[in-house]
Amino acid sequence: MNSNSIDVAYVAGLARLELTQAETETFQKQISSILDYVEALQRIDVSSVADNPIDPNLPTNVLRPDELRPSLTAQDVVRNAPKSANNLVIMPKIVE
Amino acid sequence: MSLYQETIASLRRKLTAKEISPTELVQSLLQRIESVDPKVNGYLRVDSEKALAQAKNCDLSKPLGGIPIAIKDNINEKGEECTCASQILVGYEAPYDATVIRKLKEAGAILLGRTNMDEFAMGSSTEHSSFKKTSNPWKLDHIPGGSSGGSAAVVAADEAIASLGSDTGGSIRQPAALCGCVGLKPTYGRVSRYGLVAFASSLDQIGPFTKTVEDSALMLQAIAGQDHYENTSRPVAVPDYTASLQQPVKGLRIGIPKEYFGEGIDHDVADALQKSIAWYQSQGAIIKEISLPHTHAAIAVYYIIATAEASANLARFDGVRYGHRTSTVGDPLTIYRKSRAEGFGPEVKRRIILGTYVLSSGYADAYYNRAQKVRQLLRRDFVTAFQECDVLLTPTSPTPAFKAGEKMNDPLKMYLADICTIAVNLAEVCGISIPCGFSSNQLPIGLQLIGPHFQEGTLFRAAHAYEQAHEWVKRHPQF
Amino acid sequence: MPYEAVIGLEVHVQVKTNTKMFCGCKNEYGGEVNTHVCPVCLGLPGALPTPNEQAIVKTIAAGLMLGCDIAPICKFDRKHYFYPDMPKNYQITQFDLPLCLNGGVLLEKFSFPKDVQKEEQALAGKKVRLTRIHLEEDVAKSFHFEDQSGIDFNRAGTPLMEIVSEADMATPEEAFAYLTTLRQIMVYGDISDADMEKGQMRCDVNVSVRPVGQKEFGTKCELKNLNSISGVRRALQYEIPRQIEVVSKGGIIRQETRRWDDAAGQTFLMRIKENANDYRYFPEPDLLPVRTDCGLKAEAETMIPELPSQKKARFMQTYGLSDYQAEVLAQERPLADYYDEALKTSKQGVLIANYIINDFLATNPDLTNLPIPASHFGELAELVGSAKINSKQAKEVLLEMFSSHQSPLSIVQEKGLEQVTDLAELEIFCDEALAANERSVADYKSGKMGAINALKGYVMKKTKGQANPGVIDEILKRKLI
Repeated sequence: MNSNSIDVAYVAGLARLELTQAETETFQKQISSILDYVEALQRIDVSSVADNPIDPNLPTNVLRPDELRPSLTAQDVVRNAPKSANNLVIMPKIVE
Repeated sequence: MSLYQETIASLRRKLTAKEISPTELVQSLLQRIESVDPKVNGYLRVDSEKALAQAKNCDLSKPLGGIPIAIKDNINEKGEECTCASQILVGYEAPYDATVIRKLKEAGAILLGRTNMDEFAMGSSTEHSSFKKTSNPWKLDHIPGGSSGGSAAVVAADEAIASLGSDTGGSIRQPAALCGCVGLKPTYGRVSRYGLVAFASSLDQIGPFTKTVEDSALMLQAIAGQDHYENTSRPVAVPDYTASLQQPVKGLRIGIPKEYFGEGIDHDVADALQKSIAWYQSQGAIIKEISLPHTHAAIAVYYIIATAEASANLARFDGVRYGHRTSTVGDPLTIYRKSRAEGFGPEVKRRIILGTYVLSSGYADAYYNRAQKVRQLLRRDFVTAFQECDVLLTPTSPTPAFKAGEKMNDPLKMYLADICTIAVNLAEVCGISIPCGFSSNQLPIGLQLIGPHFQEGTLFRAAHAYEQAHEWVKRHPQF
Repeated sequence: MPYEAVIGLEVHVQVKTNTKMFCGCKNEYGGEVNTHVCPVCLGLPGALPTPNEQAIVKTIAAGLMLGCDIAPICKFDRKHYFYPDMPKNYQITQFDLPLCLNGGVLLEKFSFPKDVQKEEQALAGKKVRLTRIHLEEDVAKSFHFEDQSGIDFNRAGTPLMEIVSEADMATPEEAFAYLTTLRQIMVYGDISDADMEKGQMRCDVNVSVRPVGQKEFGTKCELKNLNSISGVRRALQYEIPRQIEVVSKGGIIRQETRRWDDAAGQTFLMRIKENANDYRYFPEPDLLPVRTDCGLKAEAETMIPELPSQKKARFMQTYGLSDYQAEVLAQERPLADYYDEALKTSKQGVLIANYIINDFLATNPDLTNLPIPASHFGELAELVGSAKINSKQAKEVLLEMFSSHQSPLSIVQEKGLEQVTDLAELEIFCDEALAANERSVADYKSGKMGAINALKGYVMKKTKGQANPGVIDEILKRKLI
């Protein structure tokens, strides 16, 4: 695998981060060298680790009973919002 | 000795005996902060009025009654700003208490102020704070370590009796070592993360900075336990940690993982560690050289898993419901892209991009999934080691504090500073850093003791015995 | 060239619980905006999820009712996409290990639209296979104003089940029947109220066309904004011919999302699907895995009611109802429960069914409002069955019962309708009738069976119409042998 294949501009788009040209170039270089470093993982023999998508060390079934817990007031919900009106959080028009 | 220099244990004796009042204690600390913090810059905010009001109303019958404690600025405290030292959270006022805050309040503690940190706990020097640089109290042009640099510095500089930090890859233990105080990273699941602004959910853990091991035990006692607001907090009973302090180290099996003593270890650090090992041996502990064969992979695994989780955890900072929203006019997508660009610092952006990449389609298998498998191997290393050892002893940091600015432009070099602490988080075991000497240029050195899951008591036992036999904690930085 | 459609549905069903999926806020919306919101469902920094046991159990129950395999162990995952309705900008959902796999929905005649119930497709007994059912959290709701949108987080984090079918349907009517059956089962199991118009059940339709006989699927379009089951049918009735027209003229269907406009009766292009979204799934590190095989599945099993098809069979076998009657009564849970309740008072199943279907439902189609106690129907059936009143009188009682909600017994008493059932008295009247109508007796004996009516009429007259016609018939026939 060619770790330098990272396209920082594309990935920043996925992450909804606007980068300047200078940032893109710096990150491209820095992250490529980090990826070169983590390349070492490819050489480690992991055949003894089961292909289990669930970590067998984890406990299971810590569940919450279906009982009400206190909510915030509507005022507290919108208090930190950069923009709000009538207890709604306001954003520029959302188009589907 | 001034009140601000004392420990929780000694102050509690004086408070309950009514020799001193909580107000006197808080005033003593506020004066200390006023005189010292302009140099240390450990605090982001101190609310003296609020601290004095708490002092008036505190319940001294509680285990931490009257004890002033500083909080890392990534732990939600109702009614307080919680910035994570990031521009994106400026003005965000927490409408709820983290579980640890609720527990500290219930234990009678006085919440003194909020400490500086690397932005979103990403860093090892606190230089990535978007507000200010914190200094190492022992040498002001050196870094205090990170990411909980503020919490470490204020305890080391006697500006708080204790503090809380968070540790994802060493963010409590490393600054504790570099500032010369005691820092504990409890077992994953020991302390509730509810209310800790998440960096890497499977690695984060809250823990205390204290001046002594005994205080560390007292703090853990107050904050540990299963929480019904936190799914990964474990239903393991909380023992009486102070009871383990008095147990002798005779017969204790101490493993020395050879991988932690290889190249890159500073000469002074290696020297201090050898002396510590010799001391344990002299006390009848059994010293065993052991191997944690996957240690070399820990940093790579860490920077994949931690950044992957962080890229998701930090997605919520989008300028919609709280925090910074760009003044640029545009559609929601523009709001996201600009708000995040303006709100996050470079280290955070770098990690979000790396984390997004290692999860992205076509790369997740090679990076994220593989890292998870190697993490299992790392975990097994520790399980195997703990079959023949009770604790492991390593340096906390390969070097003492470095000079500010030294590693700022080389992220990889900065990451490598976490070599001794990271595997502990990946294996979810517990670790403590205690002072074990000073370098030739008078900077503190820390030793790390690592214990099996939920065996913090064993760490306290081994650490307390060492601390009692040495004078390191009696030294205080001079300003 | 003849074409056929291939249809698969993704149905989201809101799970009925007291609290949200991952926090203790009330699972209820409408009402004051942002009043059922806490740090968790608002996605505040530091807030963490805790899973609602009841939502998991209900999802398992839904899976069991639909014949799914229940995963012995499953987990939650994060699915990433930025949207203002989504507080964390990732959704907690299930990716590769959902709670339920496989299963299916049997399409029975009565779940098809009425106008096609006699067609072959409604009689074929087709089974639509399910791919999976998983559990996730719902998003917030936006209100759109002129140049901005306002977000209400009351719905954010409420439990939502996604039921994914295989592309096994071929007609708009099959899609209709599938959704009708699914809805019926959700309501039956008290999993959800599943009302599409209220958004409790939401449906995305994937549809493509291909020449009959071709194995490969055509390029599919996704239809959105479907707000009723009949709307889904109408949308497909429009979309399938549209695609066929494009393809048969040599055109190409692009993979696109189309919006159904019910008023216009057309689908419109919303967006062309570009590269598949990169959702960057990974296991939710804030949540522990869930085992279903140590208690949860057993708990779900106890929740499973008698299903509509089982109920229908029981109604037919035990009480002798017709296919139609049993279907009508079993279709909706409230009505089926009502019928069962009435049966506690009387075992006259057919009579009760007749009264409920023909007399009551004809004028009161609203099943959410059944003002008359079910036991009244049982009581009435009992009065008729035991010959206390006759069927003509029963009609009179029914009308009174519907208007005054009084019990049949008190109506009968009040109106003095009780039939003469003193057998000795009836014997005398019958003897009188035979003596007074020699002609009719002779006619009857010579084979004109209808002649008995004159004799009955005589007795009825004597009893002022309050005798039980069945009983009179019986006595007369005995005496005429």
